[in-house]
Amino acid sequence: MYKDKSNNQLESKLEDVNTSLKHSIKNMDSYTHVRGESLYVDDVNIRQGTFHAVVFDSPKAHGKIKSIDYSKAEALEGVERIFTYKDIPGENEIGGIIADEPLFAEDDVHFWGMPIALIVAETEFIARQARQLIKIDIDELPVITTAKQAKAKGSFINAPRSFSIGNTEKAFADCEYVFEGETFSNGQEHLYIEAQGAYAEPLENGNIKITSSTQGPTAVQATTARVLGVAMHKIEIDVTRLGGGFGGKEDQATPWAVMAALATFHLNQSVKLVLNRHDDLRMTGKRHPYESSYKIGLSKDLKILAYQAEFLQNSGAAADLSPAIAERTLFHATNSYYVPNVTTTVLSCKTNLPPNTAFRGFGGPQGMFVIESAIAKAAHEIGVPSRAIQEANLLDENDTFSYGQIAKQVEAKNSWNSAKSVYHLETLEQEVEAFNRVNKIFKKGMALMPITFGISFTNTPMNHARALVHIYLDGSVGISTAAVEMGQGVNTKMMQIAADVFSIPIDKIKIETTNTTRVANTSPSAASSTADLNGKATLMACNTLVDRLKAVASEDLQVSEKDIILKNEFVYINDLKSDLSWTELISKAMLKRVALTENAHYATPEIHFDKTIEKGHPFAYHVYGTAIITATVDCIRGTYEFDSVKMVHDYGKSMSEGIDLGQVEGALVQGIGWMTMEEIAYSHEGKLLSNALSTYKVPDIFSVPKNVETIPLETEGHDQAILKSKAVGEPPLMYGIGAYFALQNAIKAFNPNYNLKFHAPMTPEKVLMSLYEKQEHN
Amino acid sequence: MITFILNNKTIKTPEHSGKTLLDFIRYQQRLTGTKIGCREGDCGACTVLVGTLKDNDLIEYQSVTSCISPLGNAHGKHIVTVEGTNLKDKLTEQQEAMNANYATQCGFCTPGFVVALTGFALSNSDKNYSQALDAISGNICRCTGYKSIERATHQVVEKLEHQEGQSFGWLIDHGFIPAYFKSIPQRLKAIEAKDLNQPKGKFVSGGTDLYVQQADHLADNDVHLIAEKDYLKGITIQDKICTIGTNATVSDLWNHTELNNILPNLRKHLKLVSSEQIRNMASFGGNLVNASPIGDMTIFFLALNSDVIILDENNNERTISLKNFYQGYKTFDLKDGELLKEIRFQVPTKTAYFNFEKVCKRTHLDIASVNSAIHISIENNTISEAHVSLGGVAAIPKYLHETSSFLKGKPLTSEVILEANEVLQSEISPISDVRGTSDYKRLLARQLFFAHFIEFFPKQFTLNDFVQHV
Repeated sequence: MYKDKSNNQLESKLEDVNTSLKHSIKNMDSYTHVRGESLYVDDVNIRQGTFHAVVFDSPKAHGKIKSIDYSKAEALEGVERIFTYKDIPGENEIGGIIADEPLFAEDDVHFWGMPIALIVAETEFIARQARQLIKIDIDELPVITTAKQAKAKGSFINAPRSFSIGNTEKAFADCEYVFEGETFSNGQEHLYIEAQGAYAEPLENGNIKITSSTQGPTAVQATTARVLGVAMHKIEIDVTRLGGGFGGKEDQATPWAVMAALATFHLNQSVKLVLNRHDDLRMTGKRHPYESSYKIGLSKDLKILAYQAEFLQNSGAAADLSPAIAERTLFHATNSYYVPNVTTTVLSCKTNLPPNTAFRGFGGPQGMFVIESAIAKAAHEIGVPSRAIQEANLLDENDTFSYGQIAKQVEAKNSWNSAKSVYHLETLEQEVEAFNRVNKIFKKGMALMPITFGISFTNTPMNHARALVHIYLDGSVGISTAAVEMGQGVNTKMMQIAADVFSIPIDKIKIETTNTTRVANTSPSAASSTADLNGKATLMACNTLVDRLKAVASEDLQVSEKDIILKNEFVYINDLKSDLSWTELISKAMLKRVALTENAHYATPEIHFDKTIEKGHPFAYHVYGTAIITATVDCIRGTYEFDSVKMVHDYGKSMSEGIDLGQVEGALVQGIGWMTMEEIAYSHEGKLLSNALSTYKVPDIFSVPKNVETIPLETEGHDQAILKSKAVGEPPLMYGIGAYFALQNAIKAFNPNYNLKFHAPMTPEKVLMSLYEKQEHN
Repeated sequence: MITFILNNKTIKTPEHSGKTLLDFIRYQQRLTGTKIGCREGDCGACTVLVGTLKDNDLIEYQSVTSCISPLGNAHGKHIVTVEGTNLKDKLTEQQEAMNANYATQCGFCTPGFVVALTGFALSNSDKNYSQALDAISGNICRCTGYKSIERATHQVVEKLEHQEGQSFGWLIDHGFIPAYFKSIPQRLKAIEAKDLNQPKGKFVSGGTDLYVQQADHLADNDVHLIAEKDYLKGITIQDKICTIGTNATVSDLWNHTELNNILPNLRKHLKLVSSEQIRNMASFGGNLVNASPIGDMTIFFLALNSDVIILDENNNERTISLKNFYQGYKTFDLKDGELLKEIRFQVPTKTAYFNFEKVCKRTHLDIASVNSAIHISIENNTISEAHVSLGGVAAIPKYLHETSSFLKGKPLTSEVILEANEVLQSEISPISDVRGTSDYKRLLARQLFFAHFIEFFPKQFTLNDFVQHV
């Protein structure tokens, strides 16, 4: 009886989700998307006389440049000019956090694909041909490709960081069980389908406008000014939209824009630089590979008493965002678990790979993979299922994170227990066992993956945004913010806020391009915070305008302001519709010379973090959730499929159910890709081997889990989330970590001799080798 | 002049026939809805439809990736980009399904999906969900995780279930395609589309391998397009001999009724070979002369013990066994000016079994780590005929001479299969590369060899018969 009842409960919840999707707001950009009418950098109309550029990059991973001969390339008909570091009027420096990265190599090269020169020609085709004519002679130096090699050689980006709480050493002595081990998680290529690119145009007086495919327009502007040696106000950055970013265009969209601007600066002509896929793959950084070691101590009743981890981050040849990413690894090292004694250290290791960079999750997933591995190892050794340890240690209200923040409005247990009950975990487990008992060729494995992810830039000063809202005299509205639309639906959310506050139809509202002359000094669209920060600013600006309009209406209608609301394009008095419409109200405000433009600034309150003691309250709030992942492994071929992913996710009070569900599903699949099929490979010489879409595989439509269910956790949301609708971009990616352990459990079901390894991604190769490990060797 | 209809407009262009269709569409015609994702046919963002006028005055539309398609192959065709699918002031059913189901996020892959779904609506294939998925199998989306695209696809299929016949009129009336499609057959007939003047130069058929490897070179040099050569086309089955012209595309094999009767699992096998867009373009002859040690079609036809017929410049024919065609890494028995004409193989008998196996990182639209095909005949529980091929384990696509002859005449027992694996292992020499370590490829070769027999005789053999004995 119980089972039937709760099955109905699941169905009714899934039906609720379906219903909410039907009524939920559609992505405002999808009309032009599906018609092929949305404009990306490479689609923007170019001016007559525009030149096209191609980057000449290092064919070796490390060495001293002995000579470069550009003469044949320069002589090729149609080549306008080749630019090198010698042509830089300002600083040859693009490092954002640490000044350690030149735009163009000078005397030495530090990674395969490092930009050396920019070839500018009449067509991209000619520029590419010219590139083949350049001769370079490099004195090769030893190449470091892994973090461990770097550590052994003492090659680091910066000083290590450590978080600690309690007394780990003492606690380990009190533990019933202590286990140690090592893990590896590989990098991940962003594979935004739109490659990096920028288009620079000369304006009057040496001013330059750049259309850039960037998540960080201000970074592009500031870096261009620095390299050109001009003031920031001379550089305007405009962003229409991105064909995917995922962190890959937070910092690494910058060099291409700067290069195009440099050529424009010298030639006084427009220059377009859009990387082809091979160049993009070779020259840009990826998610950081991590080599880590852990030590976990548990009590007899499976409480994790102590946890210690050292994370070796493969940062690549320059800092880029690595220090910030390393920091977030520490913030999420204990995932959803309360551990009283924690010591974690991260070392950003300098290697001869392209500088690795932001990627959805920003170091958090790498940290979480390690503790989940430690738990899997402990469970295997003790002889209990992993979920027994996971469940025994979930965070509770008022628990302290290792960085000192007190957990509030915690939903870890709530989401876990909801997932267990609504999806009938025990029945699912029995089904898997029953399947494995009778099937010899196929084996199933299941894993649970709880997530806890902090929302805010961990660098507190970055948590701000502005919105510029114009009401035009016909009553239509234009909104500019710092938010960059890259598929996450932030345009739609900004529009919803304005439509809600003004109570006007959405077709009266336009979301403008992201432009540094309208909204300046912005933080990048990143850290899942874009809708929160820019939405709060938009909300403030709209509210201020409404107050002003109410004052106008109050004077006009001779009623008190507090009795007035704006509703469905009319002024309502005490909830009764008046004759005064939105457009008339705007006209009256114009006549009364009331400002119909507002610029609002929002800075997240309460947050702070003191790096000298590594303690504080860095996050506005956390996002929680739990996923149950089931996989089936083909034990003949080592291939696998994911049967289902069943999630309970903490959206808070979702303001756009359809868009938010899309973020959950998209992040999940990206996480599964990272953990399973996406395998980056470099040769020992530092050359990227997975250098094309034929060798680097991301999930296709056949490889995604057959059944994906996402049920919203019913919570109150959080005041610091926009309209209590929590950030959703990054957290669900980490559900994908469960895919690794589901596969591992299926392997265990086939091969009792399998030695647990924590070496992601779990490719079909690793699965097959594990299935037949020890049993036999050919 | 290359002459064709692009959406609703007739094009006559003196452009180089080796230029890619994508570059022409985007940068000559400024139709920017067709996106550049990878320029090697692996993402589908540049998908367009190619409509070919058939004898019955109907047009057959197929999706292709325009990034690796030579402009010259558009000659005499109707090319449809996303802009050419748009209705004036509303969305088509495919577009609305994508919109209503949140199946577009950043939007960059979206036109490719819309065009592929439009191709599905226009196609002769059964209007079911599985066929619809095949239609978008070459489209990569990095944002959505595909679940919303699956929902959109279901919606499109539901709407198409009511379609009456293969009528474009119905599709126009029900908002799937714009009305101008009706006029295309007449207009295609009317345009001057004589054979292109073909310079000497590299032979190019579908271009799916050549444009990945040397697009710049082909765009700038003369190419000799052969995709439309009738004497290289066609699939015939006569006197138990199957002859396939080397210009036949993988889709031609897929769609051939008789061939599917002879090889009942043909579609299951071909589904592992690239995506629908590529299958529509790739000639299997191109796959043979690309000589990849891992070429799927090569491995497939090796196990069918095929012969290839080669034509020289004076139209003289010679025949060589495919298993003797390959000489070393990417070298084979084809002289300058010679062209592969067709492949021939004996139709498997009623007592024969044929299977193809392929394992890669991603099951679909990926290059194999190891692939294998087998063709055996069983008489009185004895293996009377055996041909085994294995890819990814040597410098050439490998016909396993020794393993095949070992099997011949032996009883069908697990002991024999295990021994045969020992022979197989001594015949191969895989190397470690981005598709796997040599140890993995050896293990996988063994497993796929066993898999053939488990697939054929599930009642006689289980996995335990093989792996416990080793």
